[in-house]
Amino acid sequence: MEFLSYLINGISLGSIYAIIALGYTMVYGIAKMLNFAHGDVIMVGGYVVFYATNFARSSLLGDNPSALASGLSTLVCVILAMVVCGVLGVIIEALAYKPLRRAGSLAVLITAIGVSYFLQNAAQLLFGANPKNFTPVVSGQLTLFGGQLRISFVALLTIVACVVIMVALTLFTGRSKMGKAMRACSEDQGAAQLMGINVNSTISMTFAIGSALAAIAGVLMCSYSPVLQPTTGSMPGIKAFTAAVFGGIGSIPGAFLGGILLGIIEAIAQAYISTQLSNAILFAVLIVVLLVKPSGLLGKYVPEKV
Amino acid sequence: MKQYFKTMKTATKVDYATYAGVVLAFVIVMLCQSMGLLSRSITGMLVPICCYICMSLSLNLTVGVLGELSLGHAGFMSVGAFTGIITSMCLSASVSSELVRIVLSLVVGTIFAAVVGLVVGIPVLRLRGDYLAIVTLAFGEIIKDIINCLLVGWDERGLHIALNFDGTKSIDSLGLSENGIEIIKGAQGASGNDRIATFVVGFVLVMITLIVVLNLVRSRTGRAVMAIRDNRIAAESVGINVTKYKLIAFVTSAALAGAAGALFGLNYSSVSAAQFDFNTSILVLVYVVLGGLGNMWGSIIATVVLYVLPEALRQFSDYRMLVYAIVLILVMLATHNPILRSFFTRLFRREKEDGSAVRAVKGGGSHE
Amino acid sequence: MSNKRPETKLVPVPSVNKIPERDVDKSPILEAQHLGIDFGGLTAVNEFNMAIGRTEIAGLIGPNGAGKTTVFNLLTKVYQPTRGTILLDGLDTAGKTTAQVNRMGIARTFQNIRLFDNLSVEDNVKIGMHNTIHSGMLSSVLRLPSYWREEKIAHQRALELLSLFDMQDLANAKAGSLPYGAQRRLEIVRALGTNPSLLLLDEPAAGMNPSETAELMENIVKIRDTFQIAILLIEHDMSLVMGICEGICVLNFGQIIAKGTPTEIQNNPEVIKAYLGNGKEV
Repeated sequence: MEFLSYLINGISLGSIYAIIALGYTMVYGIAKMLNFAHGDVIMVGGYVVFYATNFARSSLLGDNPSALASGLSTLVCVILAMVVCGVLGVIIEALAYKPLRRAGSLAVLITAIGVSYFLQNAAQLLFGANPKNFTPVVSGQLTLFGGQLRISFVALLTIVACVVIMVALTLFTGRSKMGKAMRACSEDQGAAQLMGINVNSTISMTFAIGSALAAIAGVLMCSYSPVLQPTTGSMPGIKAFTAAVFGGIGSIPGAFLGGILLGIIEAIAQAYISTQLSNAILFAVLIVVLLVKPSGLLGKYVPEKV
Repeated sequence: MKQYFKTMKTATKVDYATYAGVVLAFVIVMLCQSMGLLSRSITGMLVPICCYICMSLSLNLTVGVLGELSLGHAGFMSVGAFTGIITSMCLSASVSSELVRIVLSLVVGTIFAAVVGLVVGIPVLRLRGDYLAIVTLAFGEIIKDIINCLLVGWDERGLHIALNFDGTKSIDSLGLSENGIEIIKGAQGASGNDRIATFVVGFVLVMITLIVVLNLVRSRTGRAVMAIRDNRIAAESVGINVTKYKLIAFVTSAALAGAAGALFGLNYSSVSAAQFDFNTSILVLVYVVLGGLGNMWGSIIATVVLYVLPEALRQFSDYRMLVYAIVLILVMLATHNPILRSFFTRLFRREKEDGSAVRAVKGGGSHE
Repeated sequence: MSNKRPETKLVPVPSVNKIPERDVDKSPILEAQHLGIDFGGLTAVNEFNMAIGRTEIAGLIGPNGAGKTTVFNLLTKVYQPTRGTILLDGLDTAGKTTAQVNRMGIARTFQNIRLFDNLSVEDNVKIGMHNTIHSGMLSSVLRLPSYWREEKIAHQRALELLSLFDMQDLANAKAGSLPYGAQRRLEIVRALGTNPSLLLLDEPAAGMNPSETAELMENIVKIRDTFQIAILLIEHDMSLVMGICEGICVLNFGQIIAKGTPTEIQNNPEVIKAYLGNGKEV
């Protein structure tokens, strides 16, 4: 029973990684760049929800709001964060990455690092360096087996959100016109352009979606461990990046699988082996997997043609 | 001798100019210091700048010359720093000369970092591109986490090492005798170290690193490494053992980072593993990319400028890191935007167009 | 510096009256026996048998997609063959890597040029000479006298090799900035730097105009005569193949459909069918 609770814990943690990794992997697939600023977009999403809900609680809702009203206001806040982050993603792409589209991948990587520094320091100036105490979007827990197994509603919500996002994204990239354009661009931008696809707007769209997902991840993550500070996004960002590579970067199901597995490994390692070394164990598993499958679990290996 | 300079290649001239520049900078700094022109904050930055110059030179060997992105270079620095500190502390009773101690510490730091580089390099170099990058990042974090668990002490019975994996042990569980020295205390790192690093040693280390890197690049070994970078398949086809030369470049790079780390560790009274995290690796990578891949004097200048920049921006106080970020983005945009770049190369070419390029076009036949 | 060393001529002087002969009586430099490779379920090359004489210029021709480059990749171990053996000078190359096969004596050029673009022309040739130079890492870093000696010899030899194609003036130019034709020539020079006994040329005349092709033909013969090595080339330009090849092998759908002298090949009905179709479908 103890193991089961750790497992569920791991899956919900993994779901957060998976949502972030989806953003990484989509951007990588289409722009072939590692967007190191992605983790900091999560942090921005967290702050937007934090201030929006505080504003709603203090000025819009009365002293004793109904469950429906407070739920609704939280939902509005989350949507607001998604919009803000989506717009932020598009702006970052347009200002910092677009001029470098033909430059080497390393130049874009360093620029992304610059953007990451910028977001962290801007957040520190705007919101202060002190950690904020984030109120989880949902509270309470589910008690099963006569109190032996407790699952928090946040964990459940996270898992549900992740599955919904995963299904929606798969449908979107598989069925919709925009989704097909995205896949075409990630295969061959030149050919996609010749077929009349607007590559610029497709890339902007990808950044918008990825960043909106980061906002959701930010809310869930801050509900999970309710401390919000300017550096909140960096470690989960790195781990989600690892998850994306673990599953095979560029692959949407791969990011999902990689995220979930990473979460489970981390939770189990923390519980049974060592808290200090949980990250080391997680990275060690990653290394072993990549040595056996050099392009990740679900990644395609494309040999170089001679 | 005059004849010799005339026939020298441009690359060789650049190398000698780099050496001359470093020596000149050293002389100027020493003169200023002796005249008391340097403030305390600048004097405090001299040794770390030397360390970071060595770091970026060595990382340039991996990223610029070998062409593989490494995101875990600080891990090797960390190995060098802690083995260097352990050596220095262990020898503090028996070796009185600080110079001998620091040299021995640097050598030990170099050797250990090279060994770790070899252990890391064998699996890592089988991967390619971004997968290689993420695995170097992973190794960097693993090294950091392991050192965070490390407990090391020294007494007359020898070195005591324990690993605090489950958080239950402390430095006391080493069972040191009365006059034993506690060297590394887990996540707190090493504190109470001798600060024996000096700017002169730093300068010598920079020169050694520079000589090793430049001489390696302009040799058979370096050419093989650059051939692998430019075209792996063609390199194999002319009989180059790709794994061997990748490993040579990677291990050399790790060893030099270890030396830099050892000097860094000996410059502070307390050092912890958290100082050598992913962000440090990224910091050094930024120096290398801004200085230019494969361009050693560029790395040196970029390191000095970017290390001093946050200090120089002190007048902006709270805004300084924000300004730093903006400067970083703008410089990247300005130097890597194709339109701006082609503009600069056109300017450059008009000035430097010599006979060889013209002949190349005339004698070469058809353009495809 | 060691200026007193005698000037050594590393490239032998071309032998003037050397008559090309199919030296079949000597043991061949290369023997491929029952060579084949499958990719998944697809057989790309099958039952490839070929012997090349020690100083022969041989041609490998065939329609697009016939598996010619795959044969080169098998001979140089870029792909490990599924079946068959390759004997180089009587030695089996089974289990060897590309680099090891090169050290045994096979050098090649590539259909899509693969130069070390960011390095100078001279460095490209010196990299080709990698295994003929012996200075190690230590002597290079410490700049011991052996380093200077080796570098000087390498420099001279690289210039001599470049002078074969009259490219010595381009020694300091960046390889990637050379015009197309010069890049193709540089690839050949680089391959010669490895001191091969068999040179594989993959479409050396691709993208060249007739006068350049004519010059290339002369040069290929000159290389063979100068170095006394065997050359196997893939080429679509029939004037080149028929003009300089002593033996020709025709490949279609991964199978050899004809072997023989240029005249024999030109009159072979199978070959005409492979290239032009059998005429009934029109």
